[in-house]
Amino acid sequence: MKIAHLAALLLIVSAPVLAQEHVPPAPYAYRQLDNPEQEARAKALMVTLRCVMCQSQSIADSDAPIAGDMRSEVRTRIAAGEDPEHIRQWLIARYGDYVTYAPQVKPITWPLFAAPVVILALAALLLRGRFGRPRQTNDEGSA
Amino acid sequence: MIAEVGLALLWLAAALAALQLVVGALALRPEGRALAGLVRPVAVMQGLLVMGAFAALVMLFVTTDLSVKLVVDNSHSAKPLIFKIAGTWGNHEGSMLLWVTIMAVAGAFVALIERRLDEATLTATLAGQAFISLGFYVFLLIASNPFARLAQPADEGQGLNPLLQDIGLAFHPPTLYVGYVGLSIAFSFAIGALVTRNVGPAFARAMRPWVLGAWIFLTLGITAGSYWAYYTLGWGGWWFWDPVENASLMPWLAATALLHSVSVLQSRDALRAWTVMLGVVAFSMSMVGTFLVRSGILTSVHAFAVDPQRGAFILALLAIDIGGALALFTLRAGTVTEGKRFGLVSREAALVFNNVMLSGILGIVLIGTLYPLLTEAYGVKVSVGAPYFNPAAGMFAFPMFVVMAVGPLLRWRQDRLSGARSGRRLWPLAVCLALVLAVLVGVELTAHGIALLPALGLSVAPGLLLASLLPLRGRNLRRTPLPVWGMVVAHAGIAVALFGMASESAFSVERLAALSIGEAREVGPWRVSLDGMMPVAGPNWTALEANVTTRYAGGTPVQLHPRAETFTNPPGTRNESALETRWNGQLYVVLGEQAEDGRWQMRFWWKPFVPLIWLGGALVGLGGALALLGRVMSDIRRLVAKDKIAWRRMRQGR
Repeated sequence: MKIAHLAALLLIVSAPVLAQEHVPPAPYAYRQLDNPEQEARAKALMVTLRCVMCQSQSIADSDAPIAGDMRSEVRTRIAAGEDPEHIRQWLIARYGDYVTYAPQVKPITWPLFAAPVVILALAALLLRGRFGRPRQTNDEGSA
Repeated sequence: MIAEVGLALLWLAAALAALQLVVGALALRPEGRALAGLVRPVAVMQGLLVMGAFAALVMLFVTTDLSVKLVVDNSHSAKPLIFKIAGTWGNHEGSMLLWVTIMAVAGAFVALIERRLDEATLTATLAGQAFISLGFYVFLLIASNPFARLAQPADEGQGLNPLLQDIGLAFHPPTLYVGYVGLSIAFSFAIGALVTRNVGPAFARAMRPWVLGAWIFLTLGITAGSYWAYYTLGWGGWWFWDPVENASLMPWLAATALLHSVSVLQSRDALRAWTVMLGVVAFSMSMVGTFLVRSGILTSVHAFAVDPQRGAFILALLAIDIGGALALFTLRAGTVTEGKRFGLVSREAALVFNNVMLSGILGIVLIGTLYPLLTEAYGVKVSVGAPYFNPAAGMFAFPMFVVMAVGPLLRWRQDRLSGARSGRRLWPLAVCLALVLAVLVGVELTAHGIALLPALGLSVAPGLLLASLLPLRGRNLRRTPLPVWGMVVAHAGIAVALFGMASESAFSVERLAALSIGEAREVGPWRVSLDGMMPVAGPNWTALEANVTTRYAGGTPVQLHPRAETFTNPPGTRNESALETRWNGQLYVVLGEQAEDGRWQMRFWWKPFVPLIWLGGALVGLGGALALLGRVMSDIRRLVAKDKIAWRRMRQGR
């Protein structure tokens, strides 16, 4: 019995070494979580993560091995109860901002978030210039 | 021999384009007026020559001439004929040649048939067209010669990427290119009208069919491309906000805005400067899109640096054409008056509002697509995807849908929505609004966890569909003019597509499963079972084909055969998905790899109402085609009537 235990222990210890030699195990690359709610949460996160080795594909749309590994990672962490945004931050720390399709609010990305506001303001200005004569008081949304 | 002939034809066409530009420019001056008659024939000849050059390249691909570099890099003797032909434009040089070919042929077509525009504006238009073409000829001849030979002929070609070996490649790029380049005609018209300071209803009438034609092709090209991506990529996605897709969406948005503003210009002589501006912007978006895609800059700024000559060329061309047009616009905009004014509640106002909303979406897509390039220049790589585009574009899209429902029911110039007679028009709209609210409440109550945008889409779509049919109310349907039918069908198509998109996003069921032969799974209302596996072979691939039995809600079984194909030249794999379409959705089955325990990785999706996305797109295109048919027929009728009057006058004069 003891020997069997020892062997098992050895196996566990040596597993990471074996894993590095072969393909890293990604049990959830092509397997969904049993809990549908967790799977939905994992899926919602995966479609917003970029497969860093592919061209413009999310990890939820790719056959690349790295995408499979990342899917497995995301599902495992979601199953462990981790918050999706927390996982995203962890991946960003690892792969950089490139990995998330949801741009993070940072000094370098603020113009991206200012853009809709600026465009809205421009649109309002343009429309006001066209219609903004004093006698008309309705707003253009009702036009 | 064929390659040399092709190259010679290309040089000749380029020379004629230069001639067309010079003669056109001279003919606009009083002392050069005698030359004006030369412009049309030169444009036609240029079109014929470049068609010859393109035909030569197709011949090289069909015969797989392995002494030509482009053929060796992109083709293979064992490829089916259709993909040999389609392979002609499945690469940089070939697609650029296709671009100039369509451009020159479109120019020749204008020169042959356009009679509505005054001669000076037409001359300026053709000169403008030649100017743009010339840039592309120079680009082709100096930086991307498709006919270059190898010193030593190769033994065999490199083949074509398996993903591209699909019937989609035969139709999708040429369709889009016709759309892009059709917009070059609108651009040249705008330039021509700016040069001769002749912006008015006559100009709009001449420009409108071209814009409409280009827009139809763009619509169909984007729709087909989306469906192609959906069934080839094997993960059930249909739109990825990929820069290449955005590159086709941006000209479409600009063309849609242009289409509507040119209609205002034609019928009401308003929005002159805005229409010309959109004409310039629409084609600029085509160029920006195509060139960003072709230069490889979009995958990475570093890919751009791999071939600095091409990159620099592209940038220079963009700067000259777009910058030149914008400079001309600024110079002349002062002399182009805005045209007639209109009230706040009027059809023009609704069209203007939606023009601005479309431009807003265009701005979002443009910024979101280019922003990663900007940050990469600062050494930071970011990605911009659906989490940014969907809400930012939705912000403009949903107000637009509301105005789109109401706009066609308003009168031109000035309308009132109060008073006794407007009730008759308002109550159907109230019904639509009630429908929207009812669906929204229903969706929120029955389906939990649906995100805001899909819920909004699901509820707005039925109301919008109903509202888009309202312009037919009270009309004699047989006597309703074709353009009105076109508008109704196209607007309904938008509603249909919106419903498909929202439903796909809200209700899709995904099932990933490792199945052994004989095993079954539930996928939404479907029951699927893997019955067997069989090797099959195609002309240049071998594959494993799964036999999958599917039943919808216990109904009759249907056999599906998804395949995992392996290509040898070049080596690659492709998962050919199998689709089963029902009226209420599509089952999507993909065969993956075999796991270590011998089971097969399979992926299943049940996507309720997803075909409506492409059905809607096709309806939008059909609406455009109806409108175009109506316009062309009424033009022909007018011409015939004019001829009759002229003939009668002649007879009476005798």
